[in-house]
Amino acid sequence: METIAAASGITSLTWLLIALPVAGALILLGSGRRTNAFGHLLGVATIAGSFVVAVLLWLNMLGKSSDQRATRDFLFTWMSLGRFKVDVALQLDQLSMAFVLLITGVGLLIHIYAVGYMHGDDGRRRFFGYLNLFVASMLLLVLADSFALLYVGWEGVGLASYLLIGYYQTRESAGPAAKKAFVVNRVGDIGMSVAIMVMFAAFGTVTFQGVFAAAPSASTGIVTAIGFALLLAACGKSAQFPLQSWLLDAMEGPTPVSALIHAATMVTAGVYLIARSNPIFEVAPNAQMGVIVVGVITLLAGGIIASAKDDIKKALAGSTMSAIGFMMLAVGLGKSGYVYAIAFLLAHGFFKAGLFLGAGSVMHGMNDQVNMRRFGALRSVMAITTLTFGLGYLAIIGIPPLAGYFTKDVIIESAMARNPIIGTAAVIGAGLTAFYMSRIFFMTFIGPKRWTQDVHPHESPVVMTAPMVILAIGSVASGYLLMRNQTLQRWLEPVTGFTEPDGALRPLVLTGITLAVVALGIIAAVVLFLRRPIPETAPSKVSVLVSAARRDLYGDAFNEAVFMRPGQWLTRSLVWVDNRVIDGAVNGVAAGLGGLSARVRRTQTGYTRSYSLVMLSGALLVIVLLWIVRL
Amino acid sequence: MNPMNYIYLSAALFAIGAFGVLFRRNAIVVFMCIELMLNAANLAFVVFARINGTLDGQVVAFFVMVVAAAEVVIGLAIIMAIFATRRSASIDEANLLRS
Repeated sequence: METIAAASGITSLTWLLIALPVAGALILLGSGRRTNAFGHLLGVATIAGSFVVAVLLWLNMLGKSSDQRATRDFLFTWMSLGRFKVDVALQLDQLSMAFVLLITGVGLLIHIYAVGYMHGDDGRRRFFGYLNLFVASMLLLVLADSFALLYVGWEGVGLASYLLIGYYQTRESAGPAAKKAFVVNRVGDIGMSVAIMVMFAAFGTVTFQGVFAAAPSASTGIVTAIGFALLLAACGKSAQFPLQSWLLDAMEGPTPVSALIHAATMVTAGVYLIARSNPIFEVAPNAQMGVIVVGVITLLAGGIIASAKDDIKKALAGSTMSAIGFMMLAVGLGKSGYVYAIAFLLAHGFFKAGLFLGAGSVMHGMNDQVNMRRFGALRSVMAITTLTFGLGYLAIIGIPPLAGYFTKDVIIESAMARNPIIGTAAVIGAGLTAFYMSRIFFMTFIGPKRWTQDVHPHESPVVMTAPMVILAIGSVASGYLLMRNQTLQRWLEPVTGFTEPDGALRPLVLTGITLAVVALGIIAAVVLFLRRPIPETAPSKVSVLVSAARRDLYGDAFNEAVFMRPGQWLTRSLVWVDNRVIDGAVNGVAAGLGGLSARVRRTQTGYTRSYSLVMLSGALLVIVLLWIVRL
Repeated sequence: MNPMNYIYLSAALFAIGAFGVLFRRNAIVVFMCIELMLNAANLAFVVFARINGTLDGQVVAFFVMVVAAAEVVIGLAIIMAIFATRRSASIDEANLLRS
């Protein structure tokens, strides 16, 4: 258990990390048209400020010994109801620091890129407001010191992603995509709230420190329940099976949003949650196994889907699913996996952001087309994009000595040490990655021109290419820098713990096998997509697997058949009951009373003499009745 | 003399009054018939007092007279007002409350 000191000196400025982007979002979204002229610059400036603060905090942390790095910046008491007390306090430790640097650093590059990408868009100010909100929510998520405060950031991320995916309000497909992301995330959020409730019921607290201190002595049932509820939450946010369906539709948002969602914010939240909750998962092996299973299924499914998509952004989205699956698999492995998951997550932040920004750059030059069948030969006109995308491509498939090699190989090694089946699945996943990434690269940048008549591809402006270059450098170097001399292992060890995986196979042999499978993937892609001509429309006579992959392995069809249609039937029958039964009863009573009163009104003639007759008859009736009773 | 004869007289007077209220249209005549019914009731009260040998019925008869006098004042005033506006004392024509 790490000790956490109260914040003092520079660490009491931790709140600035979040306050800057929040202020940016408030100003940009609240000021209306007045800030149109400089709104994008303000949006970039707030993130840049956050990044500077983050770097200062990091340098400060580097200067301390490893067991005194964690600090807690108490801001105010949020609520205090009987035993339930929640503070708004920011916990900055080595794990949070890694995420803060990734979010602000990659977030800053994406903001800069978006200045160029969104140039000429009427809503650019609004767009930057949402981006700032997104970054602020994610920072709150990773800096929270309790599950309750984490939940605030968690929901903020969901809201910001909804706003950004639905950013193109005039596009018919953007609205449903945004709603889908929101609803699917809400399913995961149920897990989060259930986990928080169980924690409070069982431990009487929801702070990280309190829960993690109580977890080892709690009953297995309770920690397993919490573990599975947290896994459900992580599945929603990180687009893991079975809540993966929103991620592919989320491509409706502008490309910088995709980069932000896939690299720095949002999908990494689930991995963070499980890595952060490691004391719970350490004592709940069944929940850990659940994490591994989800990770393995998703990494294979994502790879298969990515291999069949012709839309460059959707192919990359499938690739993200697969990569996050790798991370989930790693965090499920326990102490021999957390560090590797975070390492892969950080490296992935660089190369996936670079790949998405590259895809955005291609779209920028190709009139926003996304169909890779109409790309090809773009290396001749987009040198910088080709180079940066190519480096990201080599990094993600794990070619030594790029980032993916250092960070993905250790996950495979650790998985193989746990169980040969899991390890083999991971190796196959690596082969699939090589296959679909090669396919994307070949179809887009190499091969003959298959352009439509009206496009004139050109390289993007410097404001877009500069972030891509920086990210490409990160894709090349980050893996080596993180894993050299076990830098990250020693950095994260106080928070997540670390044990060296102990496998039967020698690491070198395993690396050889992995590289051979990766080479197979590349060769398959060369044979299928470089040697053979690529038809301009997708062939319809394809194998069962390809047609399944094109339809996202029937994930949407399944959801529609199992959840959506019965739901629609239920609502329709309820509407029928409401209209006919309930409204019928109410309206029937009213109509009956109306008819009755219309009849009663006929007796009111207005003639005095008829009233007197009624009175007299009534009096006589009473007399007669009295008489009968008396007799 | 048998006091019941007075009761029969009272019943006959009341019946005549009620008949008049139901079948005459002139408001003045209807009014007179109401007075007849009141006096029939008075007669019955006095006879009952005589039969029972107490004064209760006679006291009530005085009350009825006072109420009848007050009622005559108001009733005639209403009839006068209706006649002044409609130039008619027919009670069938005064049916505006109907709708």
